[in-house]
Amino acid sequence: MSVGAVAAFNLLVRRELCLSFRRPDQLLQPLVFFLIVTTLFPLGLSPQLSLLRDMAPGVLWVAALLSSLLSLDGLFKSDADDGTLEQLALCGQGLTLIVVAKTFAHWLVSGAALVLVSPVVGTALGIPVDAFPIMMLSLGLGTLTLSWLGAIGAGLTVGLKRGNVLLSLIVLPLAMPLLIFGASATDRAISGTNAAGALYFLAALCVFTCTLAPFAATTALRITLE
Amino acid sequence: MMSGSFWAMGGYARYVWPCFGFSFVVLVWNLWAARRLRAAAHLRARRAAEMATMAAVDGS
Amino acid sequence: MWTWFYKLASPPYVYGVAAALVPWFLGGAALALGYGLIAGLAIAPPDYQQGQAFRMIYVHVPSALLSLTVYTVMAAASAVALIWRIKVGHAVAAAAAPIGASFTILALVTGSLWGRPMWGTYWAWDPRLTSELILLFLYVGVMSLRSAFEDPSRGDRAAALLATVGVVNVPIVHFSVVWWNSLHQGATIVKLGAPSMPGSMLWPLLSMWLGFMLFFAAVLCIRLQGEVLNRERQSTWVREAVKP
Repeated sequence: MSVGAVAAFNLLVRRELCLSFRRPDQLLQPLVFFLIVTTLFPLGLSPQLSLLRDMAPGVLWVAALLSSLLSLDGLFKSDADDGTLEQLALCGQGLTLIVVAKTFAHWLVSGAALVLVSPVVGTALGIPVDAFPIMMLSLGLGTLTLSWLGAIGAGLTVGLKRGNVLLSLIVLPLAMPLLIFGASATDRAISGTNAAGALYFLAALCVFTCTLAPFAATTALRITLE
Repeated sequence: MMSGSFWAMGGYARYVWPCFGFSFVVLVWNLWAARRLRAAAHLRARRAAEMATMAAVDGS
Repeated sequence: MWTWFYKLASPPYVYGVAAALVPWFLGGAALALGYGLIAGLAIAPPDYQQGQAFRMIYVHVPSALLSLTVYTVMAAASAVALIWRIKVGHAVAAAAAPIGASFTILALVTGSLWGRPMWGTYWAWDPRLTSELILLFLYVGVMSLRSAFEDPSRGDRAAALLATVGVVNVPIVHFSVVWWNSLHQGATIVKLGAPSMPGSMLWPLLSMWLGFMLFFAAVLCIRLQGEVLNRERQSTWVREAVKP
């Protein structure tokens, strides 16, 4: 019985989500890290909301970047370790589909979760409520792009011991344009000016990455796994 | 020809000369590091060749 | 017609060509750098606005241009190695990376020393400087990734993929002064149209640029010989080549 590509994709995403929810603590760790890192800034810099509001876009984005990086290490690792990844690669659907499904599922439980939690963090940093929609949209686009950049990095480092530090070293320089535009969009939303330009750039980065990264990530896996 | 005003660089000497000095250091380092890499590679290749000929001699 | 391309895929051929070219590149570099330094430091008139400080251009601009060129060379060699499985490409990329990283550091340091008297600060988080810094991180990432693998061939391929992916940063660095409001000066040479600099200042600069390029070529050839030897250690041509 042959399975069509869409059905295979759905199956894979469901499998990933199942596996993730089986370990709820691992699911929550990046979110908690996100909250903790955001807390560090008021403690280290200044508790005044008016001052925090100025730094809020940057703090939010740096925290989102760092907590996404934490969870990226496990994207391919457990499946690569027990041989499942090779089995999946051989099943006839093509490695690219598997990579797309895994990365999408990863974004659902990390990036999308971050977006949902962001209003809480936003309030803690003094971001006004009417800036929330743009903040969440920019974080959504940004975390999706980041999941893809991370997939390339994870593919390259999957077999390495202490691969997670190298993963960050690889992904962060590639993610810097993302940080610039994402923080800029949120910043404009807070100050009330038009954020459309920055959002369009973010969307362009997202589309660019989502179309090209799957092939880069697949190639990376083929290099490290064969 | 290389008068005091040349070395003073219009008052900017403490930026201009370290600038050129560091450039010189980087160029020299590049040449030195490249030569060192090539020499080490040469040495390792020669050792590998010697081990191969010794193995061939022992085998025969 | 393409035989020269196929010949370049052969490690012994590349090793021989590199060895033969080194003295020419070094000699040419010495001439170009010599003229550039003398003309740039002593003959070119001081700038109307910047005075004698502008002379730092003669090392800053060539090193910055080289940092981008070397990355492009590294990325191109990596892509060739990945797509056509030509191993020599990996040797070229591995040889180019440290040279490019050193030029990037040089560009950042000379720029910083130039920025202090001109802009009043050693550093600014402006698009050109920031993207050049990102370029340095990319170089370091590529070099770290290559050395992280125990299997050198796998390390080569992983580093090659990363180098290819990171090449998007090169146009970002170059066009950053156009796309964003930047503290950094716009392009004066590498642009469409005539250069916006008088001849007495321009010629030494072009000569320094050429000198840096020839120097890069020379150092690349030396490193390339080492990289090829390391990768081909077990083959017969190497055993012949290193016989005392």
